[in-house]
Amino acid sequence: MIKLLLKHFAILLVLLNFAAPAFAKGSGYIFVSSEKDNAVTVLNSKDYSLVKTINTSDRPRHLAFNADKTKVYASCGDGGSIDIIDIKTLEVSDQLEDIDDPEAFDFSPDGKYIYISLEDDGALGVVETASKKMIHSIEVGEEPEGVLASPDGTSVYVTSEVANMVHVVDTSSWELKANIQVGKRPRRFAMTPDNKELWVTSELDSSVSIIDPKLNKVKQLVKFSPKGFRPEDVTPVGIIMTADGQTAYITMGRANRVAIVDIPSRKVKKYILVGERAWNAELNKDESRLFVVNGLSDDVSVIDTSRQRVIKSVPVGRVPYMALIDD
Amino acid sequence: MKRNVYLLVLSSIFLLIGFNGYAAGQTTATTLSNQSKLFNIGFVELKSDPRYKKKRLFARFMGQALGRPVAGAKLAVKEIKFHGIELGISFKLQHAKAKNEKDIEAKISELYASGVRFILLDLPAEDLALIAKQQPEKDIVLFNVSSYNTALRESQCQQNLFHTLPSHAMLSDALGQYLISKKWRKVLVLEGPLAEDKLLSSSFSASAKRYGLKISDTRPFILSNDPREREKNNVALMTNGDHDVIYIADSQGEFARNTPYKTLKPNLIVGSEGMTASAWHWAWDRHGAPQLEKRFEKKNKRPMANTDWAAWMAVKAIAGAVQSTKSTETKTITEYLTSDDNLLDTFKGYASSFRPWNNQLRQPILLTTHSWVVDRAPIKGFLHQKNNLDTLGIDQRNSKCQF
Repeated sequence: MIKLLLKHFAILLVLLNFAAPAFAKGSGYIFVSSEKDNAVTVLNSKDYSLVKTINTSDRPRHLAFNADKTKVYASCGDGGSIDIIDIKTLEVSDQLEDIDDPEAFDFSPDGKYIYISLEDDGALGVVETASKKMIHSIEVGEEPEGVLASPDGTSVYVTSEVANMVHVVDTSSWELKANIQVGKRPRRFAMTPDNKELWVTSELDSSVSIIDPKLNKVKQLVKFSPKGFRPEDVTPVGIIMTADGQTAYITMGRANRVAIVDIPSRKVKKYILVGERAWNAELNKDESRLFVVNGLSDDVSVIDTSRQRVIKSVPVGRVPYMALIDD
Repeated sequence: MKRNVYLLVLSSIFLLIGFNGYAAGQTTATTLSNQSKLFNIGFVELKSDPRYKKKRLFARFMGQALGRPVAGAKLAVKEIKFHGIELGISFKLQHAKAKNEKDIEAKISELYASGVRFILLDLPAEDLALIAKQQPEKDIVLFNVSSYNTALRESQCQQNLFHTLPSHAMLSDALGQYLISKKWRKVLVLEGPLAEDKLLSSSFSASAKRYGLKISDTRPFILSNDPREREKNNVALMTNGDHDVIYIADSQGEFARNTPYKTLKPNLIVGSEGMTASAWHWAWDRHGAPQLEKRFEKKNKRPMANTDWAAWMAVKAIAGAVQSTKSTETKTITEYLTSDDNLLDTFKGYASSFRPWNNQLRQPILLTTHSWVVDRAPIKGFLHQKNNLDTLGIDQRNSKCQF
């Protein structure tokens, strides 16, 4: 009986696999930035074969789509630019120039601005998307990293790895309106879909701080302690949530695992073994696949989210940083 | 005149505190501009310190200073601008230069009188040992940022003396772990005539014993061209024999730098040349290190060295404790420094912390050449029942330090 069920399930999976591209509008490409190869690797999302290696400016890290998903923006830390990749031609077609050491960035909800963490200056830069000009620079703690624009457009959140803080920037005055102390070496953000909780990973604290964005205060701390690891080996960085707000996937860095967290109960349901130094994570559109980028084993772990296990490990460029899926 | 200026500054500080004391504590509407209380961190160095002679800095001997470590402390002050925001304080460095050994004590007293309780000391080991012993004030906390002597953490240890710089013992243990992991067991030791050379070689021989290396011979060297002393100054003659690597104990560096490629056989060199154990290296490219290095070089036009890093780390530790305890009380901060909760980011990976038994910062050690970090200790596979970082240096059960 079980066997039969499994067989049906397998057929269903195969069907789903075939069916998926037919409904999808995107190109089906997976973009992976590689810090040391100065390139963005493009993979085919069907069989994860290499489509192209796009040469970019030096040290590309954070990747994001523009609003209509025709371009991929890639911040290039050592190149001092944000390269704009045309998804059709798979080439760098344009560039935001003269940005000193950009790391992560986010678009404002209306797409008018790009908020960029400027690692070298210890500042959050505000670039006007249309004019490509930097119109503001707001001083924050050293080594700002994660950037998130609030969905209502009123605030920008930025972490400072060195100040152990989340800074909240008011987008009407471009001034700091709050500084929230969180776990040590904060890295990346995710906002719950109901906008009621802002989760931030803390690399050196083996934790996620959950911030109430209304009060700008930490309301809870979730600690990670996978079995057999000492706290110093558990370094959470990447975080992504499912659209229903039920599940968060959080990478554990040096512990080489990704944690599956039940958002309502804050409980870790499972730790999945992935590659070395699991960095950023990304879900595909139907959330059937999770892509975990492994900075020290130069590969991407592809996880089947229903079976909660790695189904493939795909080699990419040296020191991969982040994946982006156009499906 | 000086006193008047001081009073003026002090009174204006109090005025500002009066205005902002309450508002600054809240998380909303806080900007940098309304941090008004000052938290001063002292830094004392010695003008005549031979370690910073121009010629010596120019030579860039392995593992030695490339400039005064106050540069690291200054950089850290910039990084902690937000650490005091909840308390409404900002941090400042009070940099004092002692004219000579006798002036050190006076400089510390001056700092203390002006309210400074946390002081970084960039002093030669002998002076540091003396000063740490002489501090009668119980609520003063000192940080050693430039002396490697293990004894300062052991027989000469003081409850109010912290060490962010690794000890000789930690450095030689890192080398020992590396050599044994490569199975390069047989080591010839070349030892210089200075007291610090002997400290280096005795530390290495203790590490050799700990990790099962065999020292085939220990041979003295001298800096000389005298043909009558050739068995002590001719590298080829001195390095005859059957060994895997040569360890050089040369605290000055001049002999060591002339050893590679002059050996009788094609031997690898470790210790004061070739591959050396370091607290920091400009080429370390993980854990945010390139960003720190870049910030440092931008300001100082030179790479960051061990002692710069140690000064940077000490300021970060103090400010981190203020941020975490939300206190400016000396006692509260000091107690937090050695607590289990106090995890420090060394930018070398692994959360680091102070060993409560001797106030030494446990930390990863980098095994470095002139241009690269070959490996990082603890080397994979060297485990400890509590914290793998304690495989480096004097562990609690072997420590002679008693506060």
